[in-house]
This record gives sequence, C-alpha cells and structure tokens, in this order.
Amino acid sequence: MSSIVPAARSNLPHPELRVQRWTRASLTFSSATGVLVVLLALVPFWFGPNVTEKLTELFVLIILAAMWNALAGYAGLVSVGQQAFIGIGAYAVIVLTDHGINGFLAVVLAALFCGVVSLPTSLLVFRLRGGQFAIGMWVVAELFRLLVTNDQSLGGGTGVSLNVLNVYSPADRQAYTYWVALALLVVLMLVGFLLLRSRLGASLQAIRDDERAAESVGVPVLRAKRIVFLLAAVGCGAAGAITLINTLIVTPDSIFSVQWSAYMIFMVLLGGLGTFEGPVLGALVLFGIQQEFQNDGSWYLVGLGVVAIVVTLLLPRGVWGWVVERFHIQLVPVGHTVRSLLRRTAGR
Amino acid sequence: MTLLEVRDLDARHGLLQAVRGVSLSLERGDTLALVGANGAGKSTLLRTIAGAHPAAGGEILFDGRRINHLPAHRRVALGIGVVPEGRQLFLSLTVEENLLVAARPGEWTIDRVLEAFPLIAERRRSRAVNLSGGERQAVAIARALMANPSLLLLDEVSLGLAPVTVDDLYRSLRAVIAAGTTVLLVEQDLSRALGICQRVACMLEGRIVLEGRAGELTREQVTEAYFGLGRLEGAGRPEAAPGAGVAHQEASP
Amino acid sequence: MTWINAIIQGILLGGLYALFACGLSLMFGVMRIINLAHGDLALVGTFMVMVVAQHVGLSPFAALLIVLPGAAIVGYLLQYGLFTPSLRGGELSPLLATFGLSIVIGNLLLEVFSADTHSLSAGALTTASWRISSQISISALSGVIFGVAILVLGGLQLMLSHTQLGRMMRATADDAATAELVGINAKRVYAVAAAIALATAALAGTFFGMRSSFDPTLGPAQLIFAFEAVVIGGLGSLWGTLVGGIALGLAQTIGAQAFGAGWSIVCGHVLFLAVLAFRSQGIFAPRQERA
Repeated sequence: MSSIVPAARSNLPHPELRVQRWTRASLTFSSATGVLVVLLALVPFWFGPNVTEKLTELFVLIILAAMWNALAGYAGLVSVGQQAFIGIGAYAVIVLTDHGINGFLAVVLAALFCGVVSLPTSLLVFRLRGGQFAIGMWVVAELFRLLVTNDQSLGGGTGVSLNVLNVYSPADRQAYTYWVALALLVVLMLVGFLLLRSRLGASLQAIRDDERAAESVGVPVLRAKRIVFLLAAVGCGAAGAITLINTLIVTPDSIFSVQWSAYMIFMVLLGGLGTFEGPVLGALVLFGIQQEFQNDGSWYLVGLGVVAIVVTLLLPRGVWGWVVERFHIQLVPVGHTVRSLLRRTAGR
Repeated sequence: MTLLEVRDLDARHGLLQAVRGVSLSLERGDTLALVGANGAGKSTLLRTIAGAHPAAGGEILFDGRRINHLPAHRRVALGIGVVPEGRQLFLSLTVEENLLVAARPGEWTIDRVLEAFPLIAERRRSRAVNLSGGERQAVAIARALMANPSLLLLDEVSLGLAPVTVDDLYRSLRAVIAAGTTVLLVEQDLSRALGICQRVACMLEGRIVLEGRAGELTREQVTEAYFGLGRLEGAGRPEAAPGAGVAHQEASP
Repeated sequence: MTWINAIIQGILLGGLYALFACGLSLMFGVMRIINLAHGDLALVGTFMVMVVAQHVGLSPFAALLIVLPGAAIVGYLLQYGLFTPSLRGGELSPLLATFGLSIVIGNLLLEVFSADTHSLSAGALTTASWRISSQISISALSGVIFGVAILVLGGLQLMLSHTQLGRMMRATADDAATAELVGINAKRVYAVAAAIALATAALAGTFFGMRSSFDPTLGPAQLIFAFEAVVIGGLGSLWGTLVGGIALGLAQTIGAQAFGAGWSIVCGHVLFLAVLAFRSQGIFAPRQERA
C-alpha cells in the first residue's frame, strides 16, 4: 500500500526503505470522505430546505475552523480579527449583486476579492507579532465594521437584505445555496490539503517548530505566511458570503462581530490545533452545541469560553490532537512515513 | 560540618542521561573543582544542585536538609549562590541594579563587593549590555555574592575570556575563598582549577571518575581521567578503569 | 465645539487611554502576555464600583477604595490561576486563554447586568468645568482623569526604576530563569504585576464609567484603544504610552470635529494603521530588542 517514490535506488544509502505518504488508514479515510461528499451532494433531492439550510451553516463552520487552524496551527498566526474578511465577503456580495452579477457567482468573486484585500492588509499587520498581531487584526475588523456602518449605500448600521436571489423559487434557492457551500467547502479543503502536502507545508512545519532556524536555512517565512493568510482570507470571505445567501440579511454588527473569532477558536481548540482533521470535529461539536443551546443566550457563550480556557490550559493539543499523539493516527495524509520493506518480505 | 551532600544524583536532558549516580560532599570552607571535557555533565550537575534543572533521581542535601523539590529561588534563600554559565546578566539593568536586585543581608554589601572586583568598580552605573565579557563575568560573580551565600557555585567563569582578565577574576575569587565561602567551581581550565581549589573531581559521561585532594593527584592522573584514557587500556567494557590513579567508587544503589 | 476645545479634549482623553493602557503595557513588559481580557476586566471594575456605590451608599470615588484592592487581589489570583499556567503551553496559549476569559467575562456581565446602559455619578465633577476664555473650557472630570493618569504613570515609573520590586520586575522581564537563580520568585513578581495591572484597569474603567455611559459589551473596545495607545507610543516605555494615548485621543476628537461623530473612532484606527505602516516601533522606539 505504498506509493513509490521513484529514485535511482542503487544510489540511496538505504535502498530497502521507501518514503510512504499514504497509510492504509489514510487511504480508507480519504475514500470514505469521497463517498461522503457524493452523498452530501445528493441531500437536496432527499431532504427539504430546513435540512439543507442547517447543513449549509455546518459547512460554514467547517470552513471557518479549517481556515483558523491553517492560520494558527500551521502558520503560527493567531488572529482575533478574521471576521474582517467574513464581513467583507458578505458585503462584497451585496455590492456585486447591486451591479447585476448573479448572486451565486458573486459568492465566488467575493471570496476571491477577500484574497486580494488580504495582500495589502498583510503588509501592515505582519509588522506585528504574536498577541499584537491578534489585536491588530481585530482593529482591522473594527475599522471595516465602522466604515460599513457609516456607509448609507450599504445600509449603514441597520444592515441590508439580499433580494436578487428572489428570482429563484425558495426551494431552488436553498438547494443552489447548499451546493455552492458544499462545492466551496470541498475546494477549500482540497486546496488546503494540497498546500500542506507540498513544499509550503514543509516550510510551515519548519516555521512552526523554530522560525529563526527556518529562516536561516532559507525557508521563505514571510511568503509562506502570506500565502496562508491569503487562503484564510478567501475562506473566511467565502464563509461570510455563504452566510449571507443562506440568511439573506446582514448587519455590520453581526457579520463583523468578534463572536465569529470566538467560535473559530473554540472549534479549533477543541478539535486540536495543527491537525487537519481536528477542526472538522470541532465544527461538528460546535454545531451540535449551537443547535441545542443557541437560545440560552449568553450562558452558552460563557460555556464556550470556559471550555476554551480549560482546553488551552490542560489539553494544549485539543481532544483530537491528544488522540493523534497517543495512537499515532493520521487520517489525512499530509505527513510522511518511512517504511522498511525488509520487515514485510521477511514475514512472507 | 557537611554543607552540601549529593547522593546518587541522576539528571536527564530529554532522553539523554547527563548525570549518572553522582555522589559528592562538601564541608564548610571546602573548595572543589569539577573538571571534565565538554558534555561530561558538569554544568548539568551544577544546575541541578542550584535548582535550575530537575533531578531525575537521588538526593541533594544542603545543611542537612533535603532540597530536591525546592525551587531555585528558595535555595538561594537557604544560602546557595549561582554564577551561571554564560554570565546571564540582566542586560537592561545597570551594574548597580544587577547587584542590588540580588542583595540579601550579610557581610557582602555592594561597596564591599565592588572593592573585591575592581574591574567593575568604575562601571557602577553602566548598563550591563554595554560591558565587556570580562566585566560581565565579574558582575555575575559579584551578583551571586550579594546574596551572601554559604555555598557558591560557579560555572565556567573563564570561558571566552582573555587570560589576563581571567587572572584578575581568579585573584578576586581567592579573596572570596579567603573570606570563608564554600566554593564548587566548574572549570575546563585544569591548571587554574587545581591552582585555586583544595579538591578536584573529574567527570566523564555523567559520572565522577576521579576524586581527591589537588596536591595528591598528579597532573597525569587527572588528564587521563579527563579524557577517559584509563579506559583505553585493558579489554572489554571500561567500567572499572585499570591503571588509573585514585578511582572513584560508584555508590551502590 | 471649536477646534481648540477639540484639541484640549483630545489631550485629556489621552490621559484616560493611557490609564487603560499602562496595565496592558506592564503585563506585556514583565511577562510577555497580551491580556485580551484587559478591557473586560476594566469593565468589571466599573460594574463593581457601581454595585458597591449603590449598595453601600457611597460615592463612586469612595467605592474605589474597596474595589481597587479587590481588583489587585483578583489580578494576583488570576496570574497564579490562569496567566502563569497558560505560559506553559507555548506562545499561543496565553492569547487563547485570555481571549476565552474575555468571552466569559463579557457574557457573564451581560447575564448579570443585562444589556442596559448605566453610568457612574462623579458628583459635582460631572458638570463642572474650568473656563479659560469665552471659547475654551475644560471639563473638570477630564482634567482630573488626566491628572490621575500622570500620577499613576509617574508612580509606576518611579516604582520600576527606583524600588527593589521594580528592579525585580525588570530583571524577571529580561530573564526569568536567571532571576530565579538570584533569588527572585518569578511567579510572585508576575502576580504582583498582574495585581497592579488589574487595579489600574479598574481605575480606568471607573473613570470611563463616570465620563460616559457604559454597558457590558464595551470591554473589547477599551482593549483596542489601550492597545492602540501602546503601539502608537511604542512598546517598552510608560511615558510613550501617555504620548500614544494623547495621539489617539487627538485623532479621535479632531476626527469627530472634522468629519462628524461617526468618524471619530475610525480616525483613531487609521492613525494606528498609519503608525504601523510608517514607524512600526511607535513614536518611542523600545530601548532594546527583546529576543
């Protein structure tokens, strides 16, 4: 079950060893995921708008968790201001549809627009490190919130609703929204996966372990971080845009709220910082909690905060991260394993 | 009266055993030089006694009291003073502030300490970051003295310094020893170590392989122990070193 | 309001921001922790003063005498209970733990006090003002706040440079491990720093509550202003924090005067980002590179 890395074997010091990227567990899991995606795509044919709307919310959470994990777990950038891009994504859809662009296409364009915005933003905020970077991003989010609030053409403080999608019947609109969300989720996860398997992923690992050492051996630290920052901006923008077409209404105070960061942090902490699968688990847990407790107002947020604190202090790698460490499982193959062929042939 | 007693001490660096079953004892007024090659475990032993490094096994007794689980600052309060490897001054503080921050009541006051280290007396108000290597080392020793320790642990004070500077430092150290402080000195420079201390212990790969009074051991014996040359003679595993001077008996577990 | 009044108000507002910022700055300077719950903790102080004043029938100033020591104790305990343990988990842990704390406190305040706005009465000070000329008058409350800010910053600076505690804090900030080796109990030093930080935060929060109306959701905004003041003024300098606060206050009041009230905070953010772009060490560059 190894993927063979072709090489002039006689030159290698250990020709009996092969670098293996897929283990049995990860191949099984990846196939299962593929099947799951196909099944999910068929959901609108079997279930009504209530289910698809809820699932769309879940997809948004998974995207957000994966993005925040990429930033903090892989690039070491703790941002408490990703809501900046969530909001920009949503409001970009408003502006684009005002200019006649199809609502669903606008979602994709809005996400890409956020990527563009992230570049000059990174020039500024990358001058800050650690906790200062975190708050710096929060300031950026606040700035955008205030700019939108002051702009009457965008609805000001009271917000604005999205009407262009009314050309579709409610059932159709919900189904298309669902598919757009699912498609974006899959694309973003694939892009993230490929990036992490690539040289960038190795660079990020090096940066995560020791930034200065990585720099001294020529790892392009700043560029690697910028790429992740861009990906996270696109992802958060997509999440904001999807939220808008799912709920059809947006206000600056809600879409630029720091609560989004609270959710992202909670999901990733619970699932495990720096693992690929962890954030998905965290998203599922948060989704479950939200469905149960959303009406309990502030107490449920207090609970989230307490869990976040407890997990940070006691389980720094999150629940899933603890599992990974303990049982050496990796379901999504972003790493490398060295396998010896000798052991296997000896048993035959 | 035994001031420091170390029994069967173990210490690890990650998975590596840096100190293996080391035992030694110091009476009040003793001066012990701990020599050995790089990586022999001398600094780790010192840091473990000081509390900067956790002991994986064994006992450390100071003035009869078991101090294994005391944090470093409590050991200072009991009377252990440390001059760490690399000096480790507080760079944003001045010389005077570096000294004052460590001050505890006793004979060593800031004036007396500056008298003992003329190298830095002029630099009282300079920021530590502006000092030369030799001056920094002087401040590091002076700072440890400000706590009025009964046991002074020094780690590689000659490292990276010009011989003339080291001469000055050792002159000041002699004055400190003359005042009655018990000293445990880790030193790579054999001759200096033997010149100032009454006793010497040599470490190799985490163990003490040679110990005795400086006057009784020949330089050859110490050099052999330093480089583990005694193990090259004789066949097989060099646990007992044949033909080496006064061999240290390993304490039975 | 005329331009001159806007400028004076801006400067005085800077005093309040400096008061918010000095605790944040102290915690960062001594233990490298950015306390994301700083604003919310300040607001707890405001609410506590309100509760004590109402229940015991004291003026808010008198209530401070009870709340300030209380805040110091809370800071001391929080350091041992949350901040110091979070340092063990690596660089990201303190951020995540303090952010979690911010969420917990903000929402607890909402649950207990609801989203209603309140305000603290400064008695005669609230409306008193000093007339300088026919156009210019200075609000007495703002003047008092500015004066207190100077006293507090000056006191902190004196403490840091001339007392043993201050030396111990600076030594621990430089090298906590070596500080232990010279007899300094680093954890206790951290706890004292946190106690001072929280007490100044509660003081700032109280003045804030006297100056304007407040509700439980305002914590993060104060954190952001405090942070902006620190960055604009430059890390590592308490007086720099005052200059940063004044710069921020001026940006806000002049922005309001020029563009309207809705733009005052935006102008502050823009100034912050501009300082980042052009002089990222702030107006007073830090004294030495921290490794």
